[in-house]
Amino acid sequence: MTSRDPDPDASADVVARLVEVTRQHGDGAGAVRALKGVSLDVAAGELVAVMGPSGSGKSTLLNLAGGLDRTTSGEVEVEGVALSGLSAADLAALRRRRVGYVFQDLNLIPSLTAAENVMLPRELDGVRTARARQEALAALEELGAADLADRFPEEMSGGQRQRVAIARALVGERRLLLADEPTGAVDTLVGDEILGILRGRADAGAAVLVVTHEPRYAAWADRVVFLKDGEIADAAEAGLVSAR
Amino acid sequence: MTIRHGLLALLTQGPRYGYQLRAEFEASTGATWPLNIGQVYTTLSRMERDGLVAPGEQDEQGRVVYSITDKGRADLERWFATPVRQADRPRDELVIKLAMAMTAPGVDVARVVQAQRSATMRTLQELTRAKRGAGVAQRLVLDSMIFQAEAEQRWLAHCEAVLAASPKEGA
Repeated sequence: MTSRDPDPDASADVVARLVEVTRQHGDGAGAVRALKGVSLDVAAGELVAVMGPSGSGKSTLLNLAGGLDRTTSGEVEVEGVALSGLSAADLAALRRRRVGYVFQDLNLIPSLTAAENVMLPRELDGVRTARARQEALAALEELGAADLADRFPEEMSGGQRQRVAIARALVGERRLLLADEPTGAVDTLVGDEILGILRGRADAGAAVLVVTHEPRYAAWADRVVFLKDGEIADAAEAGLVSAR
Repeated sequence: MTIRHGLLALLTQGPRYGYQLRAEFEASTGATWPLNIGQVYTTLSRMERDGLVAPGEQDEQGRVVYSITDKGRADLERWFATPVRQADRPRDELVIKLAMAMTAPGVDVARVVQAQRSATMRTLQELTRAKRGAGVAQRLVLDSMIFQAEAEQRWLAHCEAVLAASPKEGA
Protein backbone atom coordinates (compact mmCIF):
# COMPACT_ATOMS: atom_id res chain seq x y z
CA MET A 1 0.00 0.00 0.00
CA THR A 2 1.21 3.53 0.73
CA SER A 3 4.74 3.97 1.88
CA ARG A 4 4.85 6.89 4.24
CA ASP A 5 8.60 7.17 4.05
CA PRO A 6 9.60 6.91 0.42
CA ASP A 7 12.86 5.00 0.26
CA PRO A 8 15.78 7.07 -1.02
CA ASP A 9 16.18 5.01 -4.19
CA ALA A 10 12.55 5.49 -5.18
CA SER A 11 12.65 9.23 -4.53
CA ALA A 12 15.67 9.50 -6.81
CA ASP A 13 13.69 7.83 -9.61
CA VAL A 14 12.52 11.04 -11.27
CA VAL A 15 10.11 10.35 -14.13
CA ALA A 16 9.36 13.94 -15.15
CA ARG A 17 11.73 16.83 -14.57
CA LEU A 18 11.22 20.50 -15.42
CA VAL A 19 14.27 22.73 -15.11
CA GLU A 20 13.83 26.51 -15.19
CA VAL A 21 11.10 26.20 -17.76
CA THR A 22 9.66 29.28 -19.41
CA ARG A 23 6.94 29.43 -22.03
CA GLN A 24 6.21 32.59 -23.91
CA HIS A 25 3.34 33.11 -26.32
CA GLY A 26 3.91 35.73 -29.01
CA ASP A 27 6.77 38.22 -29.40
CA GLY A 28 7.68 41.80 -28.59
CA ALA A 29 5.31 44.05 -26.71
CA GLY A 30 2.40 41.65 -27.02
CA ALA A 31 4.34 38.69 -25.61
CA VAL A 32 2.72 36.79 -22.76
CA ARG A 33 4.89 34.71 -20.48
CA ALA A 34 2.74 31.81 -19.34
CA LEU A 35 5.54 30.23 -17.29
CA LYS A 36 8.49 32.10 -15.81
CA GLY A 37 11.22 29.70 -14.78
CA VAL A 38 9.46 26.76 -13.17
CA SER A 39 11.43 23.81 -11.80
CA LEU A 40 9.64 20.68 -10.67
CA ASP A 41 10.41 16.96 -10.27
CA VAL A 42 7.83 14.21 -10.21
CA ALA A 43 9.24 10.88 -9.02
CA ALA A 44 7.92 7.38 -9.47
CA GLY A 45 5.39 6.65 -6.74
CA GLU A 46 4.62 10.31 -6.28
CA LEU A 47 1.37 12.22 -6.77
CA VAL A 48 1.93 15.94 -7.29
CA ALA A 49 -0.93 18.43 -7.61
CA VAL A 50 -0.67 21.83 -9.24
CA MET A 51 -3.13 24.45 -8.04
CA GLY A 52 -3.68 27.98 -9.16
CA PRO A 53 -6.24 30.39 -10.54
CA SER A 54 -7.12 30.28 -14.23
CA GLY A 55 -4.38 31.89 -16.25
CA SER A 56 -1.70 30.93 -13.72
CA GLY A 57 -0.03 28.57 -16.18
CA LYS A 58 -1.32 25.22 -14.80
CA SER A 59 -2.31 23.65 -18.09
CA THR A 60 0.76 25.05 -19.86
CA LEU A 61 2.91 23.33 -17.26
CA LEU A 62 1.12 20.02 -17.78
CA ASN A 63 1.35 20.23 -21.57
CA LEU A 64 5.07 20.96 -21.38
CA ALA A 65 5.66 18.08 -18.96
CA GLY A 66 4.06 15.67 -21.42
CA GLY A 67 5.69 17.04 -24.55
CA LEU A 68 2.43 18.38 -25.98
CA ASP A 69 4.01 21.82 -26.11
CA ARG A 70 7.61 23.06 -26.39
CA THR A 71 9.43 25.28 -23.89
CA THR A 72 10.70 28.75 -24.81
CA SER A 73 13.70 28.13 -22.56
CA GLY A 74 14.66 25.60 -19.93
CA GLU A 75 14.43 21.84 -20.24
CA VAL A 76 11.87 19.09 -19.76
CA GLU A 77 13.04 15.51 -19.24
CA VAL A 78 10.84 12.43 -19.30
CA GLU A 79 12.53 9.32 -17.90
CA GLY A 80 15.91 10.95 -18.45
CA VAL A 81 15.26 11.96 -22.06
CA ALA A 82 15.58 15.69 -22.76
CA LEU A 83 12.62 16.70 -24.93
CA SER A 84 14.22 19.78 -26.49
CA GLY A 85 16.62 17.62 -28.51
CA LEU A 86 13.92 15.43 -30.04
CA SER A 87 12.53 15.70 -33.55
CA ALA A 88 8.77 16.04 -33.90
CA ALA A 89 8.50 12.35 -34.79
CA ASP A 90 10.61 11.21 -31.83
CA LEU A 91 8.63 13.46 -29.51
CA ALA A 92 5.38 11.97 -30.77
CA ALA A 93 6.74 8.47 -30.22
CA LEU A 94 7.84 9.33 -26.69
CA ARG A 95 4.41 10.79 -25.93
CA ARG A 96 2.71 7.62 -27.11
CA ARG A 97 4.99 5.24 -25.26
CA ARG A 98 5.85 7.04 -22.05
CA VAL A 99 3.08 9.49 -21.24
CA GLY A 100 -0.57 8.98 -20.42
CA TYR A 101 -3.13 11.77 -20.38
CA VAL A 102 -6.48 12.08 -18.67
CA PHE A 103 -8.60 15.05 -19.59
CA GLN A 104 -11.78 16.41 -18.10
CA ASP A 105 -13.90 15.27 -21.04
CA LEU A 106 -12.18 11.84 -21.11
CA ASN A 107 -12.41 11.52 -24.90
CA LEU A 108 -13.57 7.91 -24.78
CA ILE A 109 -14.79 6.88 -28.21
CA PRO A 110 -18.53 6.16 -27.91
CA SER A 111 -18.65 3.46 -30.59
CA LEU A 112 -15.88 1.40 -28.95
CA THR A 113 -16.13 -0.78 -25.84
CA ALA A 114 -14.00 -0.09 -22.79
CA ALA A 115 -11.46 -2.72 -23.84
CA GLU A 116 -11.30 -1.34 -27.39
CA ASN A 117 -10.81 2.19 -26.08
CA VAL A 118 -7.93 1.05 -23.90
CA MET A 119 -6.39 -0.97 -26.76
CA LEU A 120 -6.40 1.98 -29.11
CA PRO A 121 -3.12 3.70 -28.15
CA ARG A 122 -1.29 0.35 -28.29
CA GLU A 123 -2.68 -0.50 -31.71
CA LEU A 124 -1.69 2.96 -32.93
CA ASP A 125 1.74 2.08 -31.65
CA GLY A 126 1.86 -0.99 -33.89
CA VAL A 127 1.14 -3.62 -31.24
CA ARG A 128 -0.83 -6.58 -32.63
CA THR A 129 -4.51 -6.76 -31.77
CA ALA A 130 -4.37 -9.90 -29.62
CA ARG A 131 -1.56 -8.55 -27.51
CA ALA A 132 -3.13 -5.08 -27.30
CA ARG A 133 -6.33 -6.68 -26.03
CA GLN A 134 -4.41 -8.68 -23.47
CA GLU A 135 -2.68 -5.53 -22.21
CA ALA A 136 -5.96 -3.63 -22.17
CA LEU A 137 -7.65 -6.30 -20.08
CA ALA A 138 -4.70 -6.32 -17.69
CA ALA A 139 -4.87 -2.52 -17.34
CA LEU A 140 -8.63 -2.65 -16.70
CA GLU A 141 -8.15 -5.45 -14.20
CA GLU A 142 -5.56 -3.43 -12.32
CA LEU A 143 -8.08 -0.62 -11.92
CA GLY A 144 -10.81 -2.96 -10.75
CA ALA A 145 -12.70 -2.46 -14.00
CA ALA A 146 -12.35 -5.90 -15.62
CA ASP A 147 -16.12 -6.31 -15.68
CA LEU A 148 -16.48 -3.16 -17.80
CA ALA A 149 -14.41 -4.52 -20.70
CA ASP A 150 -17.30 -5.11 -23.09
CA ARG A 151 -19.41 -2.14 -22.13
CA PHE A 152 -19.77 1.01 -24.19
CA PRO A 153 -19.08 4.41 -22.59
CA GLU A 154 -22.77 5.32 -22.46
CA GLU A 155 -23.42 2.19 -20.40
CA MET A 156 -21.08 3.33 -17.64
CA SER A 157 -21.25 5.77 -14.73
CA GLY A 158 -18.97 8.80 -14.56
CA GLY A 159 -16.60 7.07 -12.16
CA GLN A 160 -16.47 3.94 -14.34
CA ARG A 161 -15.71 5.97 -17.47
CA GLN A 162 -12.93 7.68 -15.57
CA ARG A 163 -11.44 4.32 -14.60
CA VAL A 164 -11.41 3.30 -18.26
CA ALA A 165 -9.80 6.61 -19.27
CA ILE A 166 -7.08 6.09 -16.67
CA ALA A 167 -6.54 2.49 -17.83
CA ARG A 168 -6.12 3.83 -21.36
CA ALA A 169 -3.65 6.43 -20.13
CA LEU A 170 -1.51 3.80 -18.42
CA VAL A 171 -1.75 0.83 -20.76
CA GLY A 172 1.62 -0.51 -21.89
CA GLU A 173 4.71 0.64 -20.05
CA ARG A 174 3.84 4.25 -19.43
CA ARG A 175 4.83 5.49 -16.00
CA LEU A 176 3.97 9.18 -16.33
CA LEU A 177 0.32 10.05 -15.88
CA LEU A 178 -0.83 13.62 -16.50
CA ALA A 179 -4.33 14.65 -15.53
CA ASP A 180 -5.89 18.03 -16.36
CA GLU A 181 -8.88 18.74 -14.11
CA PRO A 182 -9.83 15.05 -14.17
CA THR A 183 -12.82 15.57 -11.89
CA GLY A 184 -14.60 18.01 -14.16
CA ALA A 185 -18.09 18.65 -12.87
CA VAL A 186 -18.67 15.34 -11.06
CA ASP A 187 -20.03 15.33 -7.52
CA THR A 188 -17.59 15.08 -4.64
CA LEU A 189 -18.11 11.35 -4.05
CA VAL A 190 -17.14 10.47 -7.63
CA GLY A 191 -14.39 13.10 -7.54
CA ASP A 192 -12.90 11.49 -4.44
CA GLU A 193 -13.12 8.11 -6.16
CA ILE A 194 -11.22 9.44 -9.19
CA LEU A 195 -8.48 10.88 -7.02
CA GLY A 196 -8.42 7.61 -5.08
CA ILE A 197 -7.69 5.81 -8.35
CA LEU A 198 -4.90 8.24 -9.28
CA ARG A 199 -3.52 7.88 -5.75
CA GLY A 200 -3.56 4.11 -6.19
CA ARG A 201 -1.62 4.40 -9.48
CA ALA A 202 1.01 6.52 -7.74
CA ASP A 203 1.23 4.04 -4.88
CA ALA A 204 1.72 1.31 -7.50
CA GLY A 205 4.75 3.17 -8.87
CA ALA A 206 3.49 5.67 -11.46
CA ALA A 207 4.47 9.34 -11.41
CA VAL A 208 1.26 11.34 -11.41
CA LEU A 209 0.88 15.06 -12.05
CA VAL A 210 -2.61 16.49 -11.56
CA VAL A 211 -3.82 19.97 -12.33
CA THR A 212 -6.86 21.01 -10.33
CA HIS A 213 -8.43 24.15 -8.94
CA GLU A 214 -10.21 22.19 -6.22
CA PRO A 215 -8.39 22.06 -2.87
CA ARG A 216 -10.18 18.88 -1.78
CA TYR A 217 -8.75 16.96 -4.72
CA ALA A 218 -5.29 18.51 -4.50
CA ALA A 219 -5.22 17.21 -0.93
CA TRP A 220 -4.76 13.65 -2.19
CA ALA A 221 -1.27 14.58 -3.38
CA ASP A 222 2.06 14.07 -1.66
CA ARG A 223 2.98 17.57 -2.73
CA VAL A 224 0.81 20.51 -3.70
CA VAL A 225 2.41 23.23 -5.81
CA PHE A 226 0.75 26.66 -5.92
CA LEU A 227 1.23 28.38 -9.24
CA LYS A 228 0.74 32.12 -9.45
CA ASP A 229 1.36 34.26 -12.52
CA GLY A 230 3.52 31.56 -14.08
CA GLU A 231 5.68 31.03 -11.02
CA ILE A 232 5.64 28.58 -8.13
CA ALA A 233 4.43 30.61 -5.17
CA ASP A 234 4.67 27.90 -2.54
CA ALA A 235 4.42 24.16 -1.99
CA ALA A 236 2.70 22.12 0.69
CA GLU A 237 4.20 18.76 1.45
CA ALA A 238 2.24 16.09 3.28
CA GLY A 239 3.79 14.70 6.42
CA LEU A 240 5.92 17.70 7.30
CA VAL A 241 3.49 19.16 9.78
CA SER A 242 3.24 16.19 12.09
CA ALA A 243 5.89 17.83 14.25
CA ARG A 244 3.68 20.82 15.02
CA MET B 1 -20.41 19.96 21.09
CA THR B 2 -22.86 18.32 23.36
CA ILE B 3 -21.21 15.38 25.06
CA ARG B 4 -24.49 14.57 26.76
CA HIS B 5 -26.31 13.71 23.56
CA GLY B 6 -23.33 11.81 22.21
CA LEU B 7 -23.34 9.59 25.29
CA LEU B 8 -27.13 9.15 25.17
CA ALA B 9 -26.86 8.06 21.54
CA LEU B 10 -24.26 5.44 22.43
CA LEU B 11 -26.44 4.17 25.27
CA THR B 12 -29.28 3.38 22.85
CA GLN B 13 -27.16 0.41 21.76
CA GLY B 14 -27.36 -1.01 25.31
CA PRO B 15 -26.00 -0.35 28.80
CA ARG B 16 -22.38 0.74 28.97
CA TYR B 17 -19.64 1.44 31.50
CA GLY B 18 -18.16 4.94 31.58
CA TYR B 19 -14.83 3.82 30.11
CA GLN B 20 -16.66 2.04 27.28
CA LEU B 21 -18.60 5.21 26.47
CA ARG B 22 -15.40 7.18 26.27
CA ALA B 23 -13.77 4.70 23.88
CA GLU B 24 -16.84 4.42 21.67
CA PHE B 25 -17.34 8.17 21.57
CA GLU B 26 -13.80 8.68 20.33
CA ALA B 27 -14.06 5.82 17.84
CA SER B 28 -17.23 7.11 16.23
CA THR B 29 -16.01 10.69 15.96
CA GLY B 30 -12.64 9.64 14.59
CA ALA B 31 -10.93 10.97 17.74
CA THR B 32 -11.92 14.46 16.65
CA TRP B 33 -13.20 15.26 20.11
CA PRO B 34 -10.99 13.57 22.66
CA LEU B 35 -12.81 13.15 25.96
CA ASN B 36 -11.23 12.59 29.32
CA ILE B 37 -12.81 10.08 31.62
CA GLY B 38 -13.61 12.82 34.15
CA GLN B 39 -15.84 14.58 31.59
CA VAL B 40 -17.66 11.32 30.98
CA TYR B 41 -18.40 10.67 34.66
CA THR B 42 -19.37 14.28 35.36
CA THR B 43 -21.78 14.17 32.43
CA LEU B 44 -23.18 10.80 33.50
CA SER B 45 -23.86 11.97 37.07
CA ARG B 46 -25.57 15.12 35.78
CA MET B 47 -27.71 13.03 33.47
CA GLU B 48 -28.52 10.68 36.34
CA ARG B 49 -29.65 13.69 38.39
CA ASP B 50 -31.87 14.81 35.48
CA GLY B 51 -33.32 11.33 35.07
CA LEU B 52 -31.89 10.75 31.56
CA VAL B 53 -29.81 7.72 32.54
CA ALA B 54 -30.08 5.14 35.32
CA PRO B 55 -27.16 3.41 37.02
CA GLY B 56 -27.18 -0.36 37.52
CA GLU B 57 -25.64 -2.40 40.30
CA GLN B 58 -21.98 -1.95 41.14
CA ASP B 59 -19.85 -4.89 40.07
CA GLU B 60 -17.10 -6.35 42.28
CA GLN B 61 -14.61 -3.81 40.89
CA GLY B 62 -16.91 -0.95 41.86
CA ARG B 63 -17.87 -0.17 38.25
CA VAL B 64 -21.37 0.90 37.34
CA VAL B 65 -23.22 0.21 34.13
CA TYR B 66 -25.47 3.02 32.88
CA SER B 67 -28.59 2.66 30.76
CA ILE B 68 -30.76 5.21 29.01
CA THR B 69 -34.22 6.04 30.45
CA ASP B 70 -37.42 6.89 28.54
CA LYS B 71 -36.81 10.52 29.38
CA GLY B 72 -33.31 10.17 28.01
CA ARG B 73 -34.65 8.70 24.76
CA ALA B 74 -37.12 11.58 24.38
CA ASP B 75 -34.32 14.09 24.97
CA LEU B 76 -32.16 12.36 22.35
CA GLU B 77 -34.99 12.28 19.79
CA ARG B 78 -35.47 16.01 20.26
CA TRP B 79 -31.74 16.54 19.70
CA PHE B 80 -31.71 14.58 16.47
CA ALA B 81 -34.80 16.46 15.27
CA THR B 82 -33.36 19.93 15.95
CA PRO B 83 -31.00 21.43 13.36
CA VAL B 84 -27.76 22.88 14.69
CA ARG B 85 -27.62 26.64 14.49
CA GLN B 86 -24.83 28.33 12.60
CA ALA B 87 -22.86 30.89 14.59
CA ASP B 88 -21.90 30.26 18.19
CA ARG B 89 -18.56 29.69 16.55
CA PRO B 90 -15.71 31.26 18.43
CA ARG B 91 -14.33 34.34 16.77
CA ASP B 92 -12.17 33.29 13.90
CA GLU B 93 -8.54 34.23 14.54
CA LEU B 94 -7.63 33.99 10.86
CA VAL B 95 -10.25 36.53 9.81
CA ILE B 96 -9.06 38.93 12.49
CA LYS B 97 -5.43 38.34 11.51
CA LEU B 98 -6.13 39.18 7.87
CA ALA B 99 -8.16 42.26 8.71
CA MET B 100 -5.32 43.44 10.94
CA ALA B 101 -2.70 42.62 8.29
CA MET B 102 -4.63 44.87 5.90
CA THR B 103 -4.59 47.80 8.31
CA ALA B 104 -1.20 47.46 9.97
CA PRO B 105 1.61 49.13 8.03
CA GLY B 106 4.53 47.06 6.79
CA VAL B 107 2.73 43.70 6.70
CA ASP B 108 2.90 41.67 3.48
CA VAL B 109 -0.72 40.53 3.30
CA ALA B 110 -0.16 38.32 0.25
CA ARG B 111 2.48 36.44 2.18
CA VAL B 112 0.16 35.98 5.17
CA VAL B 113 -2.51 34.61 2.81
CA GLN B 114 -0.11 32.25 1.04
CA ALA B 115 1.35 30.93 4.30
CA GLN B 116 -2.16 30.15 5.48
CA ARG B 117 -3.07 28.50 2.18
CA SER B 118 -0.10 26.16 2.46
CA ALA B 119 -0.84 25.36 6.09
CA THR B 120 -4.52 24.69 5.42
CA MET B 121 -3.55 22.54 2.44
CA ARG B 122 -1.30 20.43 4.66
CA THR B 123 -4.22 19.97 7.05
CA LEU B 124 -6.38 18.93 4.10
CA GLN B 125 -3.72 16.45 3.00
CA GLU B 126 -3.61 14.93 6.49
CA LEU B 127 -7.38 14.68 6.71
CA THR B 128 -7.53 13.06 3.28
CA ARG B 129 -4.85 10.58 4.27
CA ALA B 130 -6.71 9.74 7.48
CA LYS B 131 -9.83 9.07 5.42
CA ARG B 132 -8.25 6.13 3.62
CA GLY B 133 -9.27 3.01 5.44
CA ALA B 134 -11.58 4.84 7.86
CA GLY B 135 -15.03 3.46 8.70
CA VAL B 136 -18.15 5.20 7.42
CA ALA B 137 -18.88 7.20 10.60
CA GLN B 138 -15.29 8.34 10.88
CA ARG B 139 -15.24 9.18 7.21
CA LEU B 140 -18.24 11.45 7.53
CA VAL B 141 -16.62 13.26 10.45
CA LEU B 142 -13.40 13.69 8.46
CA ASP B 143 -15.42 14.80 5.41
CA SER B 144 -17.01 17.53 7.50
CA MET B 145 -13.56 18.82 8.45
CA ILE B 146 -12.43 18.50 4.85
CA PHE B 147 -15.33 20.61 3.61
CA GLN B 148 -14.53 23.24 6.25
CA ALA B 149 -10.85 23.34 5.33
CA GLU B 150 -11.88 23.51 1.68
CA ALA B 151 -14.13 26.48 2.39
CA GLU B 152 -11.21 28.23 4.04
CA GLN B 153 -9.03 27.48 0.98
CA ARG B 154 -11.65 28.97 -1.31
CA TRP B 155 -11.97 32.03 0.84
CA LEU B 156 -8.16 32.49 0.88
CA ALA B 157 -8.01 32.12 -2.92
CA HIS B 158 -10.74 34.75 -3.09
CA CYS B 159 -8.74 37.03 -0.75
CA GLU B 160 -5.75 36.61 -3.04
CA ALA B 161 -7.77 37.64 -6.09
CA VAL B 162 -9.28 40.64 -4.28
CA LEU B 163 -5.85 41.73 -3.04
CA ALA B 164 -4.35 41.41 -6.52
CA ALA B 165 -7.12 43.61 -7.93
CA SER B 166 -6.99 46.22 -5.16
CA PRO B 167 -3.67 46.30 -3.32
CA LYS B 168 -3.41 47.42 0.26
CA GLU B 169 -3.89 51.16 0.69
CA GLY B 170 -0.68 53.06 1.24
CA ALA B 171 1.41 50.08 0.15
